[in-house]
Amino acid sequence: MEHTTINIKLKVWKQANTQSKGYFESYDVPGISTEMSFLEMFDVLNERLIAEGKEPIAFDHDCREGICGMCSMYINGKPHGPWEGTTTCQLHMRAFKDGDIIVVEPWRAAAFPVIKDLMVDRGAFDRIIQAGGYISVNTGNAVDGNALPIEKEKADNAFAAAACIGCGACVAACKNSSAMLFVSAKVSHLALLPQGAPERKQRVMNMIAQMDKEGFGACTNTGACEAACPKEISITNIARLNAEYLSASLTTA
Amino acid sequence: MTWKQMFTSSVGKKLVMGFTGIFLVLFLIVHVGLNACIWAMDNGVMFNKAAHFMGANVVPRILEIGLFAGFFLHIIQGYMLEMQNRKARGTAYAVSYGNKGSKWYSRSMALLGTLLLLFLIFHIKHFWVPSRITGLEPMLIDGKEYHNLYGEMLVVFENPVIVAFYVISCISLAYHLAHGFQSAFRTIGINNPKYTTLLESVGYGFSIIVPLAFAMMPISMHLGWVN
Repeated sequence: MEHTTINIKLKVWKQANTQSKGYFESYDVPGISTEMSFLEMFDVLNERLIAEGKEPIAFDHDCREGICGMCSMYINGKPHGPWEGTTTCQLHMRAFKDGDIIVVEPWRAAAFPVIKDLMVDRGAFDRIIQAGGYISVNTGNAVDGNALPIEKEKADNAFAAAACIGCGACVAACKNSSAMLFVSAKVSHLALLPQGAPERKQRVMNMIAQMDKEGFGACTNTGACEAACPKEISITNIARLNAEYLSASLTTA
Repeated sequence: MTWKQMFTSSVGKKLVMGFTGIFLVLFLIVHVGLNACIWAMDNGVMFNKAAHFMGANVVPRILEIGLFAGFFLHIIQGYMLEMQNRKARGTAYAVSYGNKGSKWYSRSMALLGTLLLLFLIFHIKHFWVPSRITGLEPMLIDGKEYHNLYGEMLVVFENPVIVAFYVISCISLAYHLAHGFQSAFRTIGINNPKYTTLLESVGYGFSIIVPLAFAMMPISMHLGWVN
């Protein structure tokens, strides 16, 4: 592939802390290699800002290979930017043209308060997992994987749901800031497997109760979450979550 | 889980929207079927008899109470969810995700629903109130007196503004159903792709055919295509 450099202009959300009012700040970013990742472009800009004695832009990142779920930029109106099925760290500058103005915002949700600039607090997801996104195995050795027969189709669907990295792009994309795609992926993953059976009903009820407590919106099935998900989690999981919830709420005291 | 916990949760609220939505879809089938009697080309004899049955027989009268309850729940719950959902965003985005991730009408259910509520108020005033409460001109069929609801339709739809309002409302209904029909089934938990794809196709068909049939009624009346 031809190696080119481009000059771009960034419009980035700056916010000192959760309480303060945010604003957009514009930056000229010249000489960016199209082979750079989006986060590397931010690194280049931040190095320059530090050298100039200015405050760098705060953003979340960790693994930079699309599996940790930390990066969380809303780029030109889409969570994780223009590419399909990728996280911000996997987005490369070849997705943009010379002279482009790129608007970068943090995830917007009342349940995800901005910590600083582009960093948001996604502790709400942790608390939803703590409410039921686990299985309890109290004793004994690890069981041989082959000892427990599981239908291929169910195993595949559970695995596809388990691919959710909890980045929160679904919440950022949803007009209601609903966390239903995330919760449905976690509920489906365990509801499809025999290991998840003992806590199946309590899990879905407790996770939904926590989701509501955190202040996420309800689901309108618009499909925006599915379209934005870097792990391409299917919206079918939401319908499965609804079925799980209906059955659990009708059959428990 | 108690009933209260169930129906005050976000999923429970959506279940109410889904079940009442499906109930209202069933109502539309009955409504469009009965109204199609205006095209019997008999000066409204069949239509007035059908309307008389709906108003006089105990079964449709009981179902009518259920219908009002269904509308009431769907509307109130819809607005409460809309308010809750709007609060969940906090600060608005500068650049909207827009149509890149979802259809405009799936994001505009509250707006389309509000247009339908406005229509519903006028529609009840035009036909339900005179037919059930204030009374209508009588029409003699086989020596028996019937309310001439058909005649009332001819009178109401003489006004082109009302015809246009009804047609616009039918377009709102079409888009409301285009999303609502399949979404309702997802909300109540249908997740087998075999059924969801079928329901999607049936939903699109329904949301074109039924509103189109409804829209043709005021147009036919206005242009005199009924006789």
